[in-house]
Amino acid sequence: MDFSIGSDLFGYHVLWTILWTDILIFFLVGAITLFLISLRKNPENRQRWRQVFSTRLGMSTFVIIMAYIAIALVDSIHFRKALPAVEGQGSEQIFYSNTVNSLLDLALGEMGEQHERTYSAPFALKSWNKENLLLPGGERVRDYPVLKYGGQHLKNDEDKQRDIALNSLLGLGKGLALALLLISLHARWLKKRSKSSEPDLPWRAGWITFAIIMALLGWLITLGNLYHVLGTDQAGNDTLYESLKGIRTGVLIGTLATLITMPIAISLGIAAGYFKGWIDDVVQYIYTTLISIPGLLLIAASVLLFQVWINNNPDFFEVGLEKADAKFLALCFILGITSWTSLCRLLRAETLKISQLDYVQAAHAFGVSHFQIIRRHILPNLSHIIIISFVLDFSALVLAEAVLSYIGVGVDPAMASWGNMINMASTELSREPSIWWNLSGAFFLMFVLVLSVNLFSDLVNDAFDPKTQLEAA
Amino acid sequence: MFAYIIRRLCYAIPILIGVNLLTFILFFIVNTPEDMARAHLGDKYVTEQAIQEWIADKGYDQPLFYNPQVSGLEQLTSTIFFEKSIKLFAFDFGNSDEGRNIRSDVVDRMGPSLALALPTFIIGIWVNISVALMVLMFRGSRLDRFAVAVFVTMMSVSYLFYIVVGQFFIAKVSRLVPVSGYNEGIDGWRFLVLPIAIGVIAGIGAGARWYRTLFIEASGQDFARTARAKGVSEAGVLFRHVLPNAMLPILTGVVVVIPSLFMGSLIMESFFSIPGLGSYLLDAIQAQDFAIVRAMVFLGSVLYIIGLILTDISYTWADPRVRLN
Amino acid sequence: MQQSPTWKWLAILTAAVLLSGCNGPWNDPNPPTNPEQVTYFGSFITRPKHLDPVRSYSAEEAMFIDQIYDPPLQYHFLKRPYELEPATAATMPSLELLNEQLQPLPAGSKEAAFSRITIRLKPDTRYQPHPAFAKDDSGNPLYVFSTTDEGAPYKLLADFPVTGTRNLTADDYIYQIKRIADPVNKSPLLGLMSGYIVGMKAFGQWTKNNRQPGEWLDLRQQDMEGLEKIDDLTFAIRIKGIYPQFQYWLAMHFFAPVPWEADRFYHNPGFPEKNLTLDWNPIGTGPFMMTVNSPNREIVLERNPNYRKDFYPSEGSENDLERGYLADAGKPLPFIDKAVYRYEKAATSMWSKFVQGYYDRSGDGNSNINSATFDRAFTTGPDGLELTPELASRDIVVDEEVSPSLYYIGFNMVDPVVGGYSEEKRKLRQAISIVYNDQEYIDIFRNGIGQVAQGPIPPGLFGYTAGKEGLNPYIFDWDEIIQTARRKPIEYARKLLAEAGYPNGRHRETGKPLILYMDTTAGDSNPRSDWIKKQLAKINVQLEFRATDYTRFKEKMRQGNTQMFGWGWLADYPDPENFLFLLDSRQGLVKCQCDGSNSTNYDNPEYDRLYDRIKTLPNGPERLSAINRMLAIVQKDSPWIWGFNNKEYYLSNQWVYNTKRHGISQATLKYLRVDPDLRAQKQKAWNQPVIWPMFAGIGLLLMILIPGIKAYRQRQKLTIEDQEAVRE
Repeated sequence: MDFSIGSDLFGYHVLWTILWTDILIFFLVGAITLFLISLRKNPENRQRWRQVFSTRLGMSTFVIIMAYIAIALVDSIHFRKALPAVEGQGSEQIFYSNTVNSLLDLALGEMGEQHERTYSAPFALKSWNKENLLLPGGERVRDYPVLKYGGQHLKNDEDKQRDIALNSLLGLGKGLALALLLISLHARWLKKRSKSSEPDLPWRAGWITFAIIMALLGWLITLGNLYHVLGTDQAGNDTLYESLKGIRTGVLIGTLATLITMPIAISLGIAAGYFKGWIDDVVQYIYTTLISIPGLLLIAASVLLFQVWINNNPDFFEVGLEKADAKFLALCFILGITSWTSLCRLLRAETLKISQLDYVQAAHAFGVSHFQIIRRHILPNLSHIIIISFVLDFSALVLAEAVLSYIGVGVDPAMASWGNMINMASTELSREPSIWWNLSGAFFLMFVLVLSVNLFSDLVNDAFDPKTQLEAA
Repeated sequence: MFAYIIRRLCYAIPILIGVNLLTFILFFIVNTPEDMARAHLGDKYVTEQAIQEWIADKGYDQPLFYNPQVSGLEQLTSTIFFEKSIKLFAFDFGNSDEGRNIRSDVVDRMGPSLALALPTFIIGIWVNISVALMVLMFRGSRLDRFAVAVFVTMMSVSYLFYIVVGQFFIAKVSRLVPVSGYNEGIDGWRFLVLPIAIGVIAGIGAGARWYRTLFIEASGQDFARTARAKGVSEAGVLFRHVLPNAMLPILTGVVVVIPSLFMGSLIMESFFSIPGLGSYLLDAIQAQDFAIVRAMVFLGSVLYIIGLILTDISYTWADPRVRLN
Repeated sequence: MQQSPTWKWLAILTAAVLLSGCNGPWNDPNPPTNPEQVTYFGSFITRPKHLDPVRSYSAEEAMFIDQIYDPPLQYHFLKRPYELEPATAATMPSLELLNEQLQPLPAGSKEAAFSRITIRLKPDTRYQPHPAFAKDDSGNPLYVFSTTDEGAPYKLLADFPVTGTRNLTADDYIYQIKRIADPVNKSPLLGLMSGYIVGMKAFGQWTKNNRQPGEWLDLRQQDMEGLEKIDDLTFAIRIKGIYPQFQYWLAMHFFAPVPWEADRFYHNPGFPEKNLTLDWNPIGTGPFMMTVNSPNREIVLERNPNYRKDFYPSEGSENDLERGYLADAGKPLPFIDKAVYRYEKAATSMWSKFVQGYYDRSGDGNSNINSATFDRAFTTGPDGLELTPELASRDIVVDEEVSPSLYYIGFNMVDPVVGGYSEEKRKLRQAISIVYNDQEYIDIFRNGIGQVAQGPIPPGLFGYTAGKEGLNPYIFDWDEIIQTARRKPIEYARKLLAEAGYPNGRHRETGKPLILYMDTTAGDSNPRSDWIKKQLAKINVQLEFRATDYTRFKEKMRQGNTQMFGWGWLADYPDPENFLFLLDSRQGLVKCQCDGSNSTNYDNPEYDRLYDRIKTLPNGPERLSAINRMLAIVQKDSPWIWGFNNKEYYLSNQWVYNTKRHGISQATLKYLRVDPDLRAQKQKAWNQPVIWPMFAGIGLLLMILIPGIKAYRQRQKLTIEDQEAVRE
C-alpha cells in the first residue's frame, strides 16, 4: 500500500509506504499496551507486575526489550523517496524510487548506503581481498583496493587510531548527553508524583541500562557513518546496518506469530473447555491432528505453498520489499497456526477446571449468559497462562527463525535477518583467515534480545504462575 | 490394559486420516503433477510426451478425490488420494519421485539416525538431570543463581551457532574428529562423538533448567521436608525422595519423544552429513519430493501417537496408583 | 623428582591417547582399506539420480557411469583440441552417404537423404562379472525368476553367489539404441535422436503396443529400421540427412552397450522394489565396475577383472611431457584397484578433508574452488594465480579445465519492453550489456576465474576468435595500448539508453522510471542480486527480482513470461554447432512449445539459414566465414548479455598422478595413478590432533566442580536448622 499524506519529510518528497507488517506491529504494540493498562485496574495484577519490576534485573531487561521494540517500530515506518524530476516530465507527476527506506535509515544516516564492493574487516580502510587493479598508467597490479567509504574522510591513514578514539568520545558523549537529559526529565516527573505508599521501584537500574544503550547507539551511529564498525559482507553491505535492520525481523517474528496464535488458541480453548460435548471433540481432534505432524514439516510445506501463491500473483506487489513482507507475514502466520495447539490445550484444561467451580455453576443457575460468564469469570482467570505463554514463545520464535532460514523456508533473502546472516557465516567461518564479523554482529544482537526476554519471562513466570506463588507462600 | 491400547490405536486412525488429508491438500496445491514431472525429467530435450508418460507412470493421472468415470466403490478408490494415502496405512510407501523405493530407503537410514539420536537423547537426559540435581544441592546459594544464569545464557544461543562453532573448533582447528561423514558399523563412533556432544551441550540450558523446576516442585513437598528433618543428607533427599517423585512429569515430557527419535535430527544430520532420516527429509523438502515427505509425515505422526500411548503405559509403571481404563 | 598422583594419571592418560593415535589420525573419515589394493579416495556432492546410461544426463552421474560403460568411441585423454579415438570400436566408424533409394552417393555430396555409419568392434571385449550372466550346468540363466519369492533372498547385487561374463557383441549396442527408442526408459535423447535415427519413432510405438504391464519386453523381437547388424562385431546406424556431429554422440554413454541379459535380470519380479534396477546397478565393459552403491554414504568402483587391453596414450599436446602426463605412456590401464567416493553435503567439509589429505583431489564432479575456499587455495602473484604458501608447501598439483560452457543473462525477445528487433530495443539491450560488468562479476563472485565472452562460442572451439578480431564491437572497444578489450564507458551506455527512449532511465514521454524484472529461481543469494541491481543502477535503470522455484521458472520460460534471466549451457560435444543452435528460432521455447534450447526466443531468418549451412559444413574457411556472419548478427541484436566462459582449477594432492582434466569426457579415472604409501605418510604428518584444548576444557570443568564439592561438604556440616534458615 502506498499513499501520500503530508508527503514532506525534512524537505524530501516522500511517498509513505505502509507494509502489512507495519500495520500489524503498531496494532500489536497498541493492543498490548491497552491490555496492560486494563490489567492495572486489577490490584492483584498490579501487584504482580510490581513484583516483576521490583527487581533490578526485571527493570534492566525490560529497558533492553523496549529498546529493541523501539528500534523495530522506528524501522516500521517506511517511505519511498521521490526521484528528481527530469526534463519532459509533467510538473505534477512525481515518480518514486523503488527502494523503500524507513525512519531508522534516516536515524542511521548514510550507513545503509555505503556499499563497498565486497568483504572488508571491521574498521578497515582497505578491502579484505586482493583484486586486479588497473593503474592510471595502464599497468595491472594485484593489491587490496581502497574502500569507497570506510574511513575515507581521513587525510592520512596514520590518523586512524586517533580519529577513532576522538569520534568514539564524541559519539559516546552525544549518546550519554541525550540519555542524561531524558533520565533527568523522568526523574523529575517521578518526584512530582511520588506520593504513593508503595515502595520505590529500582529506577536506577533502568536508568543505567538506558544510558548504556544510548551511549552505545550514539557511538555506533557516529562511527558507523565514518567506518564499517562491523565490516562488510560479501556484497559490500555494512554488517552493522544489516544486523540493526535484523532487529525488526526478529521482534516481528516473535510478536506477530503470537498475535495470530492467541485468538485461535483462546477462542477454541475456551469453547472446548466450556461447552464440552461435540465442540470439545472437534477441537481436540483438530489439535491432536496438528500436533501429530512434525512441526518443521508442516511449516516447510506451508511456506513452499505460499511462495507459489506469491509467485503466481506478482501484480499484488509493486516493490520487492512488499513481496518479501508478504512472505514474511505468511511465515508468521504459519508459525502461529502450527504453535497454537499447546496453548489451546492448556487453556482447555484450565477452563474445564474453572467451569466446575461453585461460583461459575451458580452463575449458570442464575441464568447469566454464556458470553458473560466467559468474560467475567473465565477469561480473567486465564490471563496468567496467556501472558506466560506469550513471553515464553517469543524467544523460541526468534531462535526458530534462524533454523528455518537454514532449511530454506525462512525469511526472504531480500530482508535483513539474523538467521540468514548466521547461515552465511558457516561458510565464511571456514575461510582462511575466517570472516567472523558477520556471525558476531547477528549473534550478539540476537543473543542479547533472547537473553533479555528469557530473563524477563522468568520473572513474569515467577510473578504470575500460581504454582510458584503457592510455593513462596 | 490390552483393551486400552487397542482402543487408543483405534482413536489414532481418524487422526492419521486427518494428517494425510492435510499434507495431501498442502502438496497438491503447491505442485501440479506436470510441475513434478518437469522437475524430475531434467533440463535438456524433454518432450511433452515424456511428461505425460511420467505422470501416468507415477499414477498422478487420476482425479484427486473423486473419479466420476468409473462406478461403484471405485469412484473413491481409483483416485490419487486413495492410491497414494490409504496405502500408507499398510506402510506401503511406494517409490519416491526419483524412482527409489521409499521403504527400503527408510529402513536403511533408520540405523544412522538412531545411532545419533539415541545417545544424544540418553546422555542428554542423564547430563541434564545430574546437572539439575547438582545445582539443587546448593539451592538458594550464589552458586545456584549463577548456574541458573548460565542455563538461561545457554538457552539464548542459537542452535546453529553451537553447531557452526563446535564443528569449526573441534573438527577443523583441533583435528580431533572427522569433519563430517559417517561409516557403517563400529567405526561410526568417531563421526558421532562431535554431533552428540554438541547436541547434549546445546540442550543443557533448557533441559537442566526444566528439571531444576520440576525438582524444586517435588522437593517443596512434605515428604522431602520430613526426610530433611530426619537428618537425611541433602544428596540423600534428592536421590531417594525428590527424583522418584518428579518421575511423573519427567515421563510426560520424555517418553513421548522416544519413538520420534527414529525420525532423526534434521539439522544435525545435514550439517554433519550423516545419512539418516533427518537429512533424507530435508533433501526431500528441498527437492519437493512429494512421495517422501508424505511418507515421512505419516511416519512421524504414527510415532508420535505411539509415544502418547507409551507415556500412558509408563505412568502405570512409575506410579502404581495410576490405572488405565 | 617426586611426582604427584595427579600427574601420574595425566601421564598415563596421555600415553593411552597417544597409543590409540598410532592406528592413524583420529580424524580420518575414510573407511579402512585393504593394503594390498591401491585405493583412490574421492567425493561427490550431488547424489546421482540415474545410473542407467540411456537416461543419465548430468556431470555428477557421468562421473561414475563413464568409468563403467564403454561407448564405441572415446576422446583422446591428452590431445587438444579434442580428438576422438576408437574405444571398443576397432577403427573410427566409416560414413556412407545415401540417397532416397538408399543408393550410395559420392563423398561430399550435399543432397544426401541418409547417412550410414558403420562401426566395427574390437574382438574379445568382455563384460564385468555379473549375476545376469550366471548360467547353470545346462547353460540356462541361473537367476531368471518367475515369482517374487524366488528372488526374495537377494537384496543386493553382492548377495548373488554366482557371476558370469560374456563377450561384447554388436547386438548389445543395437539393444541399447532400441532402449533409447523405448519411451519407458525416459531417455532425454529420445526427442533429439528420433529426428535423426531412422525408425526410432516407429519402434517406440511398437514397444508401447506390445508391452504387458509389469512384464519384461524383449526388445530383440522387433527390428528397428535404421539399425543393421552386419556380423557379430559389426553394425550400422542409418540417420536422416547429414549430421557430422553424430560421431560425438557415439562417445557418450547413451550409446554404450547394454546386454539383454541384464535387462532381463533386472526385470525379475520383485527386483525393482529392492532398488535392483539397471538405473542403480550398472553393468558394463569399462575399466571399473560398481560394487557398492549407497548414494547416501558412498559409491565404490572396483577394477573390472575382465577389462579389455587398454594402454596409456604415448602422444600428448604441448607441455604434457613437462607436466609429467606422459610418464606412464604405454602402461596398461587402469592403474588403481578401487575408487571410494564419499558423499559430502557441504562444500566446506569437502574442502577441509581435501586439505587434511583424506580426499585425493579437491573435487571430482566439480573443482570445489568457490568463494569460500578460493582464498585458501590461491593468492594472486605478478603472473596470475599462485597457490597459497600453505598449499604450495604441500606440492599440490593444479590442473586447469576449460570446459566449453557459457553463462549468460538472456533477454526475452518476445517481451514488449526488452524484446524486439527495432533499433531502439537493440540499443536498450546494448546499453544494459555495457553496464553489466561481467569482469567485475567474475572478480567478485568467481574469484577472477573465467573469461568474459564476446559471443556465443566459447574458447577452444572451432569458430572462436581471440583478440581484436573476436571483439564484440557493440559492447567493447579495443585498447591498443594494453592490447585488451575495454568495456565501453558508462556515458556511452547512457547515450544509448537515451536513444532507446529512456533518457536518464525514465520514459521519454511519461517520465516513468524504467523498471526491469529479472527472474531467478528461489535460493539465489542476496549478494549476487544486490550486485546485479547495482549494475543497472549505473544508468538509473531499476531492477526487481522475481524469485520462483525451478518448476515455475521453467513454466514462465515456456510461456515467454519473463524479461531477463540467468542461464547457462554446457556443451555436449566440442563443436560450435552445439552453441549456435541455442539461438536457432526453431528451438525457441515459445515458438515450438517444447523444451527447446533457445531460451530467449531469438528469431532471425538469416541466422537460421546460416545455421543450417554450418551444421553440415566441415571445419574450414567456408564454415568459419558463415560462423563469423552469424556472430556479427547476434552481437548486433544482443539477445544475451554474453556473460562469461567458465574455467576451473582442480587441485590434487601430491600423490596423485595423471590428473589432466579433459573438459568434456569424464571417463578419465582409468588414467589416474595414486601412491598410497606417500599418502599414508603425509596424512599422518598433517593430522596431528591438537589435544590441549580438550585438556583445558576438562581442567576448567574440574575447576568449577572442586569448589562446588567443597561448598557442598561445608553445607552438609551446617545443622538442619541452619539450612532451613538459609532457605528462608
